Amino acid sequence: MWKCVMRLSYLVVVFLLIFFGSEAPLSAGDSFDYPFTNPYEATVIETPPPYRATLPEDVPTRVIKLKIFPERKIPEVFWYENGLPCSLVYQQHEAPLLFIIAGTGARYDSPKMLQLQRIFYQAGFHVISISSPTHMDFIVNASTGMVPGNLNEDARDLYRVMGHALDQVDDSIAISDYYLTGYSLGGIQSAFVARIDDQRQRFGFKKVLLINPPVSLYRSVTILDRLLDQNIPGGLDNFRPWLNEVMQNLSDIYKEMGYFEFSGEYIYKVYRRYPRLEKYLRAIIGLSLRMSSSNMIFAADIMNGGGYITPTQAEFDYATSLTPYAMVACRTTFADYFHEYLYPRMLQDHPDLTEQEAIDRLSLTYIEPYLRQSSEIGVLHNQDDIILDNGDIDWIRKVFGTRARIFPLGGHCGNMTHPEVVRFMTTYFSTEEG
Amino acid sequence: MKSIPVGFSVFILLAGLLLGGCSTLPRTTPDTRPAQRTYEDLVDEKQEHPLEIYDPLEGFNRGTYRFNYYFDKYLFLPVVSLYDFVLPNYVEDRISDFVDNVFEFNNLFNNILQFKWKGAGITLSRFVINSTVGIGGLWDPATSWGMHRQTEDFGQTLGHYGAGNGPYLVLPILGPSNLRDTFGIAGDAASFAGIGPVSWAESNTASRTFTGVSTVDRRHRQPFRYYQTGSPFEYEMVRLFYTKKRELEIAR
Repeated sequence: MWKCVMRLSYLVVVFLLIFFGSEAPLSAGDSFDYPFTNPYEATVIETPPPYRATLPEDVPTRVIKLKIFPERKIPEVFWYENGLPCSLVYQQHEAPLLFIIAGTGARYDSPKMLQLQRIFYQAGFHVISISSPTHMDFIVNASTGMVPGNLNEDARDLYRVMGHALDQVDDSIAISDYYLTGYSLGGIQSAFVARIDDQRQRFGFKKVLLINPPVSLYRSVTILDRLLDQNIPGGLDNFRPWLNEVMQNLSDIYKEMGYFEFSGEYIYKVYRRYPRLEKYLRAIIGLSLRMSSSNMIFAADIMNGGGYITPTQAEFDYATSLTPYAMVACRTTFADYFHEYLYPRMLQDHPDLTEQEAIDRLSLTYIEPYLRQSSEIGVLHNQDDIILDNGDIDWIRKVFGTRARIFPLGGHCGNMTHPEVVRFMTTYFSTEEG
Repeated sequence: MKSIPVGFSVFILLAGLLLGGCSTLPRTTPDTRPAQRTYEDLVDEKQEHPLEIYDPLEGFNRGTYRFNYYFDKYLFLPVVSLYDFVLPNYVEDRISDFVDNVFEFNNLFNNILQFKWKGAGITLSRFVINSTVGIGGLWDPATSWGMHRQTEDFGQTLGHYGAGNGPYLVLPILGPSNLRDTFGIAGDAASFAGIGPVSWAESNTASRTFTGVSTVDRRHRQPFRYYQTGSPFEYEMVRLFYTKKRELEIAR
């Protein structure tokens, strides 16, 4: 009898969920309807369509090329570089303008950037998208010191780029107000850019949103570096057996599914069938950061005349094999880069700076007083973001208070197209108070 | 796409073999100092490394890579964006389905060459269904009925019978390849023209139009854009990705 009642009430609940589920108020926090409870899955696997907001397919876009340092001579190995490309997504009428700063190693048109452009175009914004200061286009064309990673300097470079971008487009669009956002590394950089604007007042941002920022850059990249070292046993010298294993798995999947395609949907299907992917996902996340930092380190070293991973006074051109330098670069962790390259650079300007002080400067905690008093700055984060350490979420809640919105699931930037998250982002910018 | 550049590719390939000696090392001066972090210190030379793919013509290949970048930028992509601008997505999809259906010939031929009877059967059924229910191949109902395309090309056939990759090659316009797959492209083009759809076509104009349209259609469907990866090591990444992708396709 009890069983029967239980089953009946269960059926009723299921029935209610099916018919009212999507309309039910989700403010209860833990009722966030998101398919991945494992943050590594959330980070890597594209959110399946039923959990994605509907966004416009095509948005009116113009690509602009900025020559920030027209007199700079670009080395021959970067023969394809001639200016920093940025994009403008525009409305036909007067509208607020939102700047978006890309995450580590990402370009203005990376998949996450395109998603954000569509989200905010739909919400009625003009959008200017800027590649990350860690992207080679930025290092080669728009960076002053060409040694990325120093948040303060990167923010100054970004601020200059944003000004140039605005100068190029402001004849063609009508702008009401200025807003700023960025995800991941671009999130923490947004805070530093906002701080500069606070002094210089060119834009006077009405609101700034930091999306999944690291609290401490150094700590986050150390976590990501560890993902690679722990999940590819023996490190990159054992990359071959690891890759062979991955290939074998892919080959089995290919045979079993009978076809293969590079789409988020396919990967989701594979994931449903082979749920024990976590150690690969961890390794892939680590590899992806290592690739971004390899690109960054090579570009920085060449632009500074070599000496770190390339010989000095050597000329590289289009025919030069870069394979040996790629091999060295991917064996260089961000921590190596920090200790051996970035920190010595910072010492040139601040001879008394200790390593710990330099690490502390690359964090949100460094500008805590500014963040506490700036009511226009908010944070969007996930409780299970893999780039955060213990205590980081508590720190965010403490410092930002009601200006922090923490979703229970989503990993690192995995839930950006979820309707709940989209709704939060767009209403955050359209309401007056935080 | 397939018939015209092959002769050209072979020519370039021969030219490349003759000029292949151009150096892939950076030019140094007496003032050159070694890097702080070096290959010798950091890389275990006793191991084989996936990134180091056999590429004896690298200097020449990198030249072709650059040529392809400019070809893409100044000719191929402008034509593709005109195509995108003029035609609605719906029409573009019909063209893609039509092109795929015509190229089922190569899939069928290579499935048979490898004695993959199941693949050959599916390919044949797909062709019949899509040509009739799919109205001349403009639609692809077969896929939605669970019959996925059984892609096999002559490079895969050669690989299936044990042919190794040979040296990595970047072909003009066609992009990443290797010696085996270059023979594969030539073989497919020859069978396509000799006993396949081209030989069935009644006019040269029809087959030329098809070549043109299918070339644009393929570039239109290929999302790759040079240096969008943001990597100065893009050449290496494409080389690794291509090689691994072909391994997978051949092992299937």
